[in-house]
Amino acid sequence: MDSITVLMTSPMSDYLENQLKDRFNLVKLWTYSSKTDFFKHNSHSIRAIVGNTKIGADAELIDSLPELEIVSSYSVGLDKIDLRKCQEKGIRVTNTPDVLTDDVADVAMGLMLAVVRRVCECDRFVRRGLWPKGDFRLTNKFSGMQVGIVGLGRIGSAIAKRAEAFGCPISYYSRSEKPETNYKYFSNIIDLAVNCQILVVACALTEETHHIVNREVIDALGPEGILINIGRGSHIDEPELVSALLEGRLGGAGLDVYENEPEVPEQLFGLENVVLMPHVGSDTVETTDAMADLVIKNLEAHFLKKPLLTPVV
Amino acid sequence: MASDQATTPPPPPLPEIQSHDLSQVIVLHPPPVFNYFKDLFSKKFHLLKAWESPLPLHEFLTNHAHSAQAMLCSGTGPSISADIIRLLPSLRLVATTSAGLNHIDLTECRNRGISIANAGEAFSEDVADLAVGLLIDVFRKVSASDRYVRHGLWATKGDYPLGSKLGGKRIGIVGLGSIGFQVAKRLEAFGCNISYNSRKRKDFVSYPFYTNVCELAANSDVLIICCGLTEQTRHMINREVLLALGKEGVIVNIGRGAIIHEKELVQCLVQGEIGGAGLDVFENEPDVPKELFELDNVVLAPHMAVFTTESFKDLCDLMIGNLEAFFSKKPLLSPVMNE
Repeated sequence: MDSITVLMTSPMSDYLENQLKDRFNLVKLWTYSSKTDFFKHNSHSIRAIVGNTKIGADAELIDSLPELEIVSSYSVGLDKIDLRKCQEKGIRVTNTPDVLTDDVADVAMGLMLAVVRRVCECDRFVRRGLWPKGDFRLTNKFSGMQVGIVGLGRIGSAIAKRAEAFGCPISYYSRSEKPETNYKYFSNIIDLAVNCQILVVACALTEETHHIVNREVIDALGPEGILINIGRGSHIDEPELVSALLEGRLGGAGLDVYENEPEVPEQLFGLENVVLMPHVGSDTVETTDAMADLVIKNLEAHFLKKPLLTPVV
Repeated sequence: MASDQATTPPPPPLPEIQSHDLSQVIVLHPPPVFNYFKDLFSKKFHLLKAWESPLPLHEFLTNHAHSAQAMLCSGTGPSISADIIRLLPSLRLVATTSAGLNHIDLTECRNRGISIANAGEAFSEDVADLAVGLLIDVFRKVSASDRYVRHGLWATKGDYPLGSKLGGKRIGIVGLGSIGFQVAKRLEAFGCNISYNSRKRKDFVSYPFYTNVCELAANSDVLIICCGLTEQTRHMINREVLLALGKEGVIVNIGRGAIIHEKELVQCLVQGEIGGAGLDVFENEPDVPKELFELDNVVLAPHMAVFTTESFKDLCDLMIGNLEAFFSKKPLLSPVMNE
């Protein structure tokens, strides 16, 4: 299929890049110094886009590629893809669900444990030579804490299953109630926040969920409450989050995502009740390879006129 | 009387609890719970506080603890050696705030019919939580990537290096007691496969059992040390075991530092013979080998696995409960079988 031209939007994975190069005619967006230059050379040849969480396929890009047939995203999140435009133009869209569910849920748990039991703070304490001066202080116990999940999809359910093993009562807010689970359902996020100690954001980013965690939700969670975000930065009103943490109106936060990655609010750097990870939710060797394989399989299926493995549109 | 004395009479004095009315409890060194709950103990018992006396320990015990029947100790402070026990002819109970017993001369206690009470399962969950927290941190580089972000490197140096997937990994638990079992239960929910080595096979689990720790290591991706420190387990995790664990292998220790041969562990980590380590305990606390500070694949904690407010309160209630039971000749709440 090396006559088929595929556009890769950013340097997301060496393994994926090599696989694409072997199978297709690969065009790399980041090697062009300007948009005009890129469009001049490629606009009529590109039949597929491989995008990710940084650069997906927005209206401008889609409109400028008349031969575009499929967008295969190296992510499960679809917020960087103009799904409506794809639907209008009959462009297929695939993503990478399931293969990354475990890893993202593991990071959510890692963040919870790190914030509640102060793992990173302890590591700093030892490395700074503070232990000879005295013992570390007491933290709260993690097992048994009430966990509230926003979005009980694949990732939210995987988080719930793990937290249950720690004896944590699970409650959730979702677009629809899931009666097949034993978890307590709340019909709105405020009630969920009031009734839990750790609030975990695990839903997709859409127009409805933009800034779903705002000042009101943070206040409901309260000065003992902990906020964990493994969704998208824009789920949370970031300036409100920062001021709540600085003013002690929120007990702590574990974040893997931010509104303007890779920028992270510097005011958080001095806080001990915060753990900051650089969007690594699915960043393991095993999972990134599995995600890449799924992208390739979806592209091959499309061009061989076989059913797509993980279609969204 | 002062001429400006107030006209309202002072309240009558509260009846004093005479310390000689309370049962004596020897304490050689304040256990960590005393930092938070000492008053709860001193209200109920007459504490003979050796560390507050200017006398050398042996003299203090001989002069002041002759009729004391109970001792409260912890993992820190002087060991409860045969020498010390022999200075306490009335001693019938040693209550330790730890789960571990390596600081007590168990043989001497057995020979003299001295009962022992420990922390039982009071903080098994907290220790298991920390073990899992350390493991996830090593696999997914939580502390290391947090450092990266705080140093502003994400924006300048780019994406952080990949971690390793926890799901599907083979976890070898060394010591399937109360803590080991809680660790296993949690990691099963992450899709890990559990095996173990213990003094005896445990009928209530179906995990594969290995008779020796080296074989367990050879068949595991992770070793989690959850056993007690005894003569048999001292330096049990040595270079041979670590090499069997392998270059991708990770070790987590929430037991006692001396179960691992620390020099050999450091060497293996520095030379890349094993993949990483999460350590809450060390051979010579609070000293931690400085070579470990250079490593991003190591997470270090200052023996704080039991340091939660809930555990300390539960521990306090349990110790007071044990002492009260002892003095009223009722069964101990958390006795240790010392056979």
